[in-house]
Amino acid sequence: MNGADTAFVLISAALVMLMTPALAFFYGGMVRVKSALNMLMMSFISLGIVTVLWVLYGYSLAFGDDVGAGLLGNLDHIGFKGISPETLTGGKEGIPVFAFALFQMMFAIITPALMSGALADRVKFSAWSLFIALWVTIVYFPVAHWVWQPDGWLAKLKVIDFAGGTAVHINAGIGALAAVLVVGKRIGFTKDPMRPHSLPLVMLGAGLLWFGWFGFNAGSALAANGTAANMAMNTQVATGAAMLGWLVYERIKHGAFTTLGAASGAVAGLVAITPSGAAVNAFGAILIGLVAGAVCSWAVSWKFKLGFDDSLDVVGVHLVGGVIGTLLVGLLATNGIGGATQLGRQAAGAFSVMAYSFTVSWLLAKLVDKLIGFRADEDDEVSGIDQAFHAETAYDFSAVGGAAASRSTATAPAPAAGDRPRTKKVDA
Amino acid sequence: MKLITAIVKTHRFDDVKQALQDFGVHGLTVTEASGYGRQRGHTEVYRGAEYKIDLVPKIRIEVLAEDADADAVIDVIVAAAHTGKIGDGKVWAVPVDTVVRVRTGERGPDAL
Repeated sequence: MNGADTAFVLISAALVMLMTPALAFFYGGMVRVKSALNMLMMSFISLGIVTVLWVLYGYSLAFGDDVGAGLLGNLDHIGFKGISPETLTGGKEGIPVFAFALFQMMFAIITPALMSGALADRVKFSAWSLFIALWVTIVYFPVAHWVWQPDGWLAKLKVIDFAGGTAVHINAGIGALAAVLVVGKRIGFTKDPMRPHSLPLVMLGAGLLWFGWFGFNAGSALAANGTAANMAMNTQVATGAAMLGWLVYERIKHGAFTTLGAASGAVAGLVAITPSGAAVNAFGAILIGLVAGAVCSWAVSWKFKLGFDDSLDVVGVHLVGGVIGTLLVGLLATNGIGGATQLGRQAAGAFSVMAYSFTVSWLLAKLVDKLIGFRADEDDEVSGIDQAFHAETAYDFSAVGGAAASRSTATAPAPAAGDRPRTKKVDA
Repeated sequence: MKLITAIVKTHRFDDVKQALQDFGVHGLTVTEASGYGRQRGHTEVYRGAEYKIDLVPKIRIEVLAEDADADAVIDVIVAAAHTGKIGDGKVWAVPVDTVVRVRTGERGPDAL
């Protein structure tokens, strides 16, 4: 066992774990007060659901031995069967499989959470939970197998996706678009002002994402070596450049350097460097960052022209940023790899993931809608789904308002089974 | 007695409060308000989506005064709130029939 590599991968796993709550803040600050908690929970719940599914069968489907044609892993490792603390990846100099499986688990957790921003303010929490359980099972686990299992068909095609441009960002971005087309627009989309309720929270989330992304990207080297160092450097470089790209575009087009633009540009850069960072030099990273920042800044306006309510721009940032990084690395890859042939492979990888993910995500969203109804009641959506689904309010600014809420269980023992919070029906 | 209501710019509030204290006003009630007059709102941009924010935040001050003091109190507020720019606000007074101090039950001018 290689101790240094093991330590690095374990720490990277913890860094990637932090990205899901960071994403919750990033998205949570962007929605209106009445659905802030729901937005946080849509990401946070993934830490529960996907963790359990990963142990039960997710790891095995993604990284088990190939069942044929590079499409899916077998079920040899369901419930981590056959894996002990001593089991190593690769040879004697590998790392424990548990370290690798923990690291990859965090990717499986954040990918469905990324989609939540597209569906802000308007879906049932139970429906969302069911959707992501189905989605990781039928979309994410297979696609991760295609890209990262050495026998996966995209891995064999020599598609470069170092840390998840296709498997994570394109996959989640196009999946989010499909779900939006099934669920529909928010009430008041393009008419009501839908200002972010807390830009400091957005900035905090973006900062924590940036921090955690070093684990996501450099950790994907799965070794404490020069590849990891190069990836970490390019992660920083592309992200900084992308923030500048977004802000300059925004200043020219809309007249101001916005806080939201800085945070969004950084995330766009992180997305674009994810597939590409290990295969380019620092100037390539600057170029990828600038392009991603400027193009994503433009791409977030498409939803208004085309009329789909991708509320927090999962398509504009993750799909577009992922495609930019995945295609540009085809041209910019060093060591004589970059060129028309590699660009063709990259395009094949990006478009096959898009086609698969869009189709299956659309079907799954339809299925959830048929089974339990995806969308919240109109009343709940208008008054705010925090109270409808979570029986809570994000902020209590007013002492008077707080005092006006009487505590139904102030002195009484725990409420009898079946008691519901007084405020409103809870979506079970 | 009169109820004097003033709508002033938020950043003038501290000066208005100080001027009223110096004048001898013992109590006032303040609310954060929003509205517009000739000063219209402003535009905000979020990821390229422009929102016209029509209402401007203001401070609403309410003061009770005896009839004889009302004009002087109004002058104090106007002097302290004045910047000369659009959006300085308004002050008005209306007659008040009854005032009761809750603690003692005093009525009329004694309750001020």
